[in-house]
Amino acid sequence: MNREITLTVNGETLTHSVPVRMNLVDFLRHEAGLTGSHVGCEHGVCGACTLMVDGATVRGCLMLAVQADGTHVTTIEGLSDSGRSGALAAAFTARNALQCGFCTPGMIASAVGYIEGGGTADRDAVRAHISGNYCRCTGYQSIVDAICDVIGGDTP
Amino acid sequence: MTGPARIFDRPNDAIGKPLPRPDAARLATGRGRFVDDIQLPRMVHAAFLRSPHAHARIVSIDADAARDMPGVVGVWTGADMADMITPWVGTLTHMTGLRSVPQYPLAVDITRWQGEPLAMVVARSRAEAEDACDAILAELDDLPAVTDTETALDAGTPVMHDGFDSNLAFERVVEAGDTAAAPGAGGTVVERTFRFGRHTGVTLESRGTVCDFDPGDGRLTMHYSGQAPHMMQAILSKHLDLPEADVRVISRDVGGSFGIKIHTYGDEIACAVAARALRRPVKFVADRMESFMSDIHARDHVVTGRMAVDADGRITALEIDDMTGIGPFSMYPRTSAIECNQVLNLTGAPYAIENYRARGRVVFQNKAMMCQYRAVGHPIAMAVCDGLLDDAGRALGIDPVDMRRRNLPPDDSYPRASASGMKLDDLSQHACLEKLVQIMDLPARRAEQAALREAGVHRGIGFVSMVEVTNPSPMFYGIGGAPIASQDGAVVRLDAGGSLHVASSITEQGQGTNAILAQIAGGVFGISPGNVRVTTGDTDTVPYGGGTWASRGAGIGGEAMLQAAHALKGQVLDVAAVLLQADAETLDIRNGRVVDADGGAERMELADLARLVYYRGNELPNDLRPELIATRHHRVTDFPFVFTNGAMAAEVEVDTDTGFVKVIHVWAVEDCGRVINPLLVDEQVRGGVVQGIGGALYEECLYDAEGQMLNTTMADYMVPMAAEMPDITVAHVETPTRTSVLGAKGAGEAGTGGAPAALLNAVNDALAPMGASIWQMPMTPERILTALGRL
Repeated sequence: MNREITLTVNGETLTHSVPVRMNLVDFLRHEAGLTGSHVGCEHGVCGACTLMVDGATVRGCLMLAVQADGTHVTTIEGLSDSGRSGALAAAFTARNALQCGFCTPGMIASAVGYIEGGGTADRDAVRAHISGNYCRCTGYQSIVDAICDVIGGDTP
Repeated sequence: MTGPARIFDRPNDAIGKPLPRPDAARLATGRGRFVDDIQLPRMVHAAFLRSPHAHARIVSIDADAARDMPGVVGVWTGADMADMITPWVGTLTHMTGLRSVPQYPLAVDITRWQGEPLAMVVARSRAEAEDACDAILAELDDLPAVTDTETALDAGTPVMHDGFDSNLAFERVVEAGDTAAAPGAGGTVVERTFRFGRHTGVTLESRGTVCDFDPGDGRLTMHYSGQAPHMMQAILSKHLDLPEADVRVISRDVGGSFGIKIHTYGDEIACAVAARALRRPVKFVADRMESFMSDIHARDHVVTGRMAVDADGRITALEIDDMTGIGPFSMYPRTSAIECNQVLNLTGAPYAIENYRARGRVVFQNKAMMCQYRAVGHPIAMAVCDGLLDDAGRALGIDPVDMRRRNLPPDDSYPRASASGMKLDDLSQHACLEKLVQIMDLPARRAEQAALREAGVHRGIGFVSMVEVTNPSPMFYGIGGAPIASQDGAVVRLDAGGSLHVASSITEQGQGTNAILAQIAGGVFGISPGNVRVTTGDTDTVPYGGGTWASRGAGIGGEAMLQAAHALKGQVLDVAAVLLQADAETLDIRNGRVVDADGGAERMELADLARLVYYRGNELPNDLRPELIATRHHRVTDFPFVFTNGAMAAEVEVDTDTGFVKVIHVWAVEDCGRVINPLLVDEQVRGGVVQGIGGALYEECLYDAEGQMLNTTMADYMVPMAAEMPDITVAHVETPTRTSVLGAKGAGEAGTGGAPAALLNAVNDALAPMGASIWQMPMTPERILTALGRL
């Protein structure tokens, strides 16, 4: 069963007919062509699909596309194109805070939420905040470093 | 001009520098290109009906209803697909005695693990394919499941494979010296049984493939999330009966691999079969539950270890008996006997031990297949030996660092062989240990530990000294008949714009392969790494080679790149010498320019030279035949492996009321030879340590007695997250290997191989004052409380 939805994704208005069972991240990846959000577990644990819906940080795999009808969605592509995640992307590069890069868009989306929410450069607090984002490659330390660099204004 | 052996005699502005990866920005802005990002015209999607039983006879599979479901374009059972492909057997001739049975992409007649594919549906969407899987009726008759490794060889246990006399897949014994001798007066003998749980890799990007067959040119293209494109090309060619030249394997961004994605998986091979049959692209990406049930698992060893030490703490004898369960088949083509083999080779190898006896037995069981995962065998070998070493030290009242000082061979005693026969050279065990003690400020840590103990806080500090297998030679796989290249190739080309384009047969899974290749090529040739473009991961366009696994990329592929860049430099300077009417020996290339070697005065831009050669060849002497491209290959000779070494320490705090272990800090000193990029290698070591912490404290594939895996979600299988992880201090001792000019050894597996032993020793150091100890990993709160006698 399909339903028509209209939503704003990274500033563009999209109208699609989608299966009601399709989750938001699958819609964004496979219908809207926004492959920057990744799918790691499809049950809300790994954080690879983290994105913004109406300003809130959400898991793209725990929300149905039809639930996003009428919302404003921002993906890593939008965060990057607008410059909103520019300092984080630069700090992640400078600190080598990514290896395979599969977790990185979700990790950066979580970090944007933390920083824009007034998060401090307290390492334990940063670690707690990103503990919904699984990274198998780094030891997390460089990610914490990068986020703290941005908060501290030490952007390369 | 400087010869290859003297490349590092002069200053170098690229190799060894902490340069950020050029491709990091692309990944950080969501522009990665992973397998599931690929959309091809007419592409269809695969889903698999998987066995719900660990062991069952397939009575019938009725897929008629599935064929009529919306969107379905193809359905195959195991029997259908058996006629479309030849089966494989995971044995190698040099693993003497190893046996397995033929395996098909989808189970035929009998299914042997929960999660084994029984049938494949291809449909317009993944959702429709899954709907149709639900409509398949599979009638299965349960068979008794062999699930317990330790009883797999008992007389009363059913034998899984027809024609085999037991569930034994492989057995090996290593004997050196006399282990029966007593340790002498004042010495001691310690004996423990170690249990290592099953882990799996949990790559964040699950396994996946897009297979595309073009009937026009008869070529199969596999887009592959993996580590060894040429190996996969050979496998597809052999089992789909296609000429190798008609199989192209492309590996672009890979979302983590760690050895998981280097094996032959039936579901991925089935996609190639289906793509050829349907003549259209077929995509399959495993969901997380499929990953847990069908990715290879690793570890799952039970080891009895016995160590004798004399009154001075010197090891006089070491004996181990290892038993490991590998699932129902030996994995193809690398086999599932390698981890056990490594345990036998590596246990005790860091130390001067003359009397060593080891037995390893590998058994079949009805669980997911087991094969090589990051740091193959190392966490077991290191934990067993270093665990026993500290146990003996406690019995004798000798400090763990002193135990290592007394038993590690002198750093100037190499080359030498381990008791198991491993050839070791260019190691720095004492230097690493002393550096470790220094960077962690051990006296301060011990003082703090003692003070906290007075306050009822139970901290422990544990150590490990390790060796690590890196840069494998043909003796690893090629000798046994596997289609796995042990050499790697590099091509370096000067383009008209004055930049380099390089290609290599090693692959990128996030280590920074492409970055270090650019650093090596640029550093050796004399151009900024930023002006070097890198191609890897495509059998059509890169030289033939093995890929990235077993910590071989930098050491083998890096050396090939060094040699190719050096060769191209010579070729370019030969052209420059003619153009400048100079002796090539008096010229050099620095910062992208031809300069006088003496004094550095600029003579010519590289772009001017290249454009002259490419566009205005009429201006060149007719007898000048410029070659602005060079190719070189490298393989390891004289040694089966280039061993490296390191030392690690962990500090933990054990909550004796809850059993929880908090990791306070980890220190790692690694000697990976020449460090090409400390920024990359440090975080790679940290990532390895975190994976090792996962294995030591959290991760375990849990099965019930019937072979049902109980924790197939990421909410149930515990991986390390940021909040539980400590900061990790990394330091290096650099002892370049003399087997190459570059001198690089591997570093990728050090943390995972060593951290579990350090954690085990740290926890036991914390528990020792209470007379308790633990010898099982993961060290869960329940097991800690059991060790403390509180459960």
